[in-house]
Amino acid sequence: MKCAKLAVSALAMLAASATVASARDQIQVAGSSTVLPYATIVAEAFGENTDFPTPVVESGGSSAGLKKFCEGVGENTIDIANASRPIKASEIEACQAAGVTDIMEVRIGYDGIVFASDIAGNDFQFTPADWFNALAAKVVKDGKVVDNTATKWNEIRADLPDQEILAFIPGTKHGTREVFEEKVIAEGCKESGAADVFKSELGEDAAGEACMALRTDGKSVDIDGDYTETLARIQSAKNGIGVFGLSFYENNTDKLKVATMAGVTPSTETIAKGEYPVSRPLFFYVKKAHIGEIQGLKEFVEFFVSDDLAGPEGPLAAYGLVADPELAATQEAVAGEAVLTN
Amino acid sequence: MTDATLSAAPAAAPKPRASLLIADERTRKRNAAESRFRAYGLSAIGIALIALVVLLSSVLTDGIGAFRQTYLTLPVALDSARLDKNGNRDPEDIKKATTLTYGKLLDQAVQNTVAQQGIAIAGLTEKDVSDLVSKEASAQLRNRVIANPELIGQTVDARVLVNGRVDGYYKGRVSMDSAARDSNTSPAQLQLADALKDKGLLATQWNWSFLTNPDASDQRPEAAGVGVAILGSLYMMLVVLVLAVPIGVAASIYLEEFAPKNRLTDIIEVNISNLAAVPSIVFGILGLAAFINFAGLPQSAPIVGGLVLTLMTLPTIIIATRAALKAVPPSIRDAALGVGASKMQSVFHHVLPLAMPGILTGTIIGLAQALGETAPLLLIGMVAFVKNFPAAPPEGLFDPASALPVQVYNWTQRADPAFFERASGAIIVLLVFLLCMNILAIFLRRKFERRW
Repeated sequence: MKCAKLAVSALAMLAASATVASARDQIQVAGSSTVLPYATIVAEAFGENTDFPTPVVESGGSSAGLKKFCEGVGENTIDIANASRPIKASEIEACQAAGVTDIMEVRIGYDGIVFASDIAGNDFQFTPADWFNALAAKVVKDGKVVDNTATKWNEIRADLPDQEILAFIPGTKHGTREVFEEKVIAEGCKESGAADVFKSELGEDAAGEACMALRTDGKSVDIDGDYTETLARIQSAKNGIGVFGLSFYENNTDKLKVATMAGVTPSTETIAKGEYPVSRPLFFYVKKAHIGEIQGLKEFVEFFVSDDLAGPEGPLAAYGLVADPELAATQEAVAGEAVLTN
Repeated sequence: MTDATLSAAPAAAPKPRASLLIADERTRKRNAAESRFRAYGLSAIGIALIALVVLLSSVLTDGIGAFRQTYLTLPVALDSARLDKNGNRDPEDIKKATTLTYGKLLDQAVQNTVAQQGIAIAGLTEKDVSDLVSKEASAQLRNRVIANPELIGQTVDARVLVNGRVDGYYKGRVSMDSAARDSNTSPAQLQLADALKDKGLLATQWNWSFLTNPDASDQRPEAAGVGVAILGSLYMMLVVLVLAVPIGVAASIYLEEFAPKNRLTDIIEVNISNLAAVPSIVFGILGLAAFINFAGLPQSAPIVGGLVLTLMTLPTIIIATRAALKAVPPSIRDAALGVGASKMQSVFHHVLPLAMPGILTGTIIGLAQALGETAPLLLIGMVAFVKNFPAAPPEGLFDPASALPVQVYNWTQRADPAFFERASGAIIVLLVFLLCMNILAIFLRRKFERRW
């Protein structure tokens, strides 16, 4: 009996507290796992240096974050979505359908994508064409389209090491995969001349697909988890080569050896100068309707893009973010609360 | 022992047979079958034990380091020109000095200390010296000054965290060889740490703050702790306990003692068993739709996590409670009814107290299962970086919080290898909690168990 009374009173207490639950006072952020470390660094500094509570940052991927972002406006929806790619037109439409009309786009900087192998292994100097010839399902040999049967890197190009081809690339749910396909595989397809042969042999539409189709015989392994999984795979299969974010590599330089791409070693400098070819901008998106409703939202956004944090001397750059040379323009846009126009 | 003494005996003659029984072919076969079965059983247990030992030892060796942390003690001059420009000790003015300013003061302090101690190491750069101190230190120092503005202008002794790599060096995670390849540390920095250790300024100590600190960002693994996660898990367990136990026990008492046995109750019974087998992520989807989108409860809040886990735990508790009620012999009920008790009196005065140990065990095991659950929390926003502690309940149930298994999951994804150690440390904490709950379950069962 006592037990039941206790339970009933506890239930009543819960119900009562549900009604007194006050307005949300912390910022909610979700999205890309690439942006996550930067967002947590900024959130932590924001909580330390202001009277606002530390924002809550979730990961889950760019697409998942933007989907959550577009669920609607209101306290129980998120305020900011992190993304490692620009928002798509279809996502903007979904947002508008749910009443999220004014979206601010903030570019925080650039991220490099690097190719790295085990520290004790061979050195690699890649070009995009090498990656295309190694991983594409169909390649061009003597002017003919044939199935890719290469098993060693030195079959691709004679001055590459005599090592089995084994690549750990990000799975399709990652934003990184799109950049890899666009900046490495598609580029390599063009560079090696395969694109032209595909066009004449297969026609315009099929050529694009043939460029992007990767081999499925186990030489190219999709990693759906995070970079930590790619690292673990390389440590167990020493001849594997993995695709990483620059900041991840910089935190694990004692275990990984980075390969050059088109003769350029990836670093924040070479990416900032535009010499290293495989990089992409990182963004976050803010609901303008929440500014003023959620305390500290505008302050947080301004804090994020301030020179102290996102500038070339800031902690984000120290962690591996390539500072945006046009940061001043971003700061201005944020101050003016400029929204996306379509 | 006996073998040894027997073989030591000088008797070279064949031993006399101990038994006159001569086993025939079939008996020998049956005996052989039995000993084979015993061997299978033993090897099965052996494999399980080896797996357990391997698992535990790998978690322990990786995670024990999280409970020790390296600190550096150094005098820091709190320059009033930098921290309080107006000189009036106004708290609002003092707050304007950011952690960047404090970081610079700490930089200065550590450079001075190195110079004062006369430490000279070849190849030591200024960056090596200032990077020795964790980035968390400036935040701690700032909080200390804001709490006590009188300190401004004085030189205080600060006990600060050192960076994760140097800390890893004293835990065997980082070596001179790996430091030479590492872009975040250098052998010179480690030599500096060794020199400071010789002077007694740097020490690796027991780390309570691992249990009390909140999570920290990717740049400061040395400051990360499971405080928020423990609190979040506790809040969720509170919600589960308060909701699942009364509902579960009431449902099973009704189903077992009062409900008529018909089609409908059969269907309910089958459904409860089915619910127990539903993957937990499904409850997360339900929680997102029902509690956040429909009921408008906040994201990342332990109340939502608790509600979702309640739904998940209910079938387990109902099944365990019904089994416990079934195990009470009907003679107890008959006797109670026979002396004139009502049905309800017989249940609440006699059957329920006797079934209590079973119910408690089932409940605790259900709770333990809920404690280790991550998947449903993924969808309701609890797999997140949460730095602020939730308030005391009941309001705190609506504040964002993390949970122990979520913290493990988050840390294993971080780039800095020091977080791997933290993740293993969090696993140890989780295992200790589970062990305590299971011990409690065994204890309650032993103490209150009745046999008929």
